[in-house]
Amino acid sequence: MEEFQIIDNCLMVRLPQEVDHYRASYICEKADRYLLQENVQHVVFDFEDTKFMDSSGIGIIMGRYKKIACFGGRVYAIHVDKQIQRILTISGLHKIIEILV
Amino acid sequence: MVLEKETNKECACAQTGVRMKNEMELVFDAIANNESFARVAVAAFVAPLNPTLEELADIKTAVSEAVTNSIIHGYENLYGYGRRGEVPSAYPSINPGKVRLRCLLEGDVLHIEVEDKGKGIPDISQAMEPLFTTKPQLERSGMGFAFMEAFMDDLEVESEVNRGTVVRMKKKLGVGAWIGSED
Repeated sequence: MEEFQIIDNCLMVRLPQEVDHYRASYICEKADRYLLQENVQHVVFDFEDTKFMDSSGIGIIMGRYKKIACFGGRVYAIHVDKQIQRILTISGLHKIIEILV
Repeated sequence: MVLEKETNKECACAQTGVRMKNEMELVFDAIANNESFARVAVAAFVAPLNPTLEELADIKTAVSEAVTNSIIHGYENLYGYGRRGEVPSAYPSINPGKVRLRCLLEGDVLHIEVEDKGKGIPDISQAMEPLFTTKPQLERSGMGFAFMEAFMDDLEVESEVNRGTVVRMKKKLGVGAWIGSED
């Protein structure tokens, strides 16, 4: 399965098992390249494989949100488990992104 | 029902009168590649206490935040080695430095201490404010200390500029499911 995929006007980002600072810089860089080059309006983060996330993951989502929100884009988080949901809630991100379990 | 059983679980100390004590110390290079090593090591260390998945996730996240802070702020090693051990082009040199991670289990209380000899924090209360970051270009969230506070029972930060920083955290294990999970 591709980590990055463009479906219609959505960029799908399949996050790795562990989202930490080490992985985050790679994901940010790659996602931004897609945002610049392709006609992307919304970003979807897929947490299907993700077992662990720390504040670096929040940084990834927040950064992408800032880049697309001014053009009316939305950020979605899908396949969110309890732990990830908790992190999104504590950070307040659940107020600005759509979370689908 | 299951939840009730969990919370009423008697710890082993009640039967023997002796509290379990176990300690470990790790010292590793301050590079990003060691972040996952550190949190997995702590998770393995507490495994004999049968922590819940939630407790384990909390501990791992808190350790990850503290260790990452030491590496990218204390020693300013912003990138790790690549997947195949290559040095990224944006990364001319690696600042030498070690992170010391100490864990102490006392009964059902876990103490974690993360220490570095890095550049230190000039204003700790400012650093602990949610969303405050000194490195906005890294697109990190500024939520590190907020997460440590949220996931652990107790957080203490001691720091001296150019000397280093010590983060001490405490968590009682076996208190059952998250309080927040009811909403």
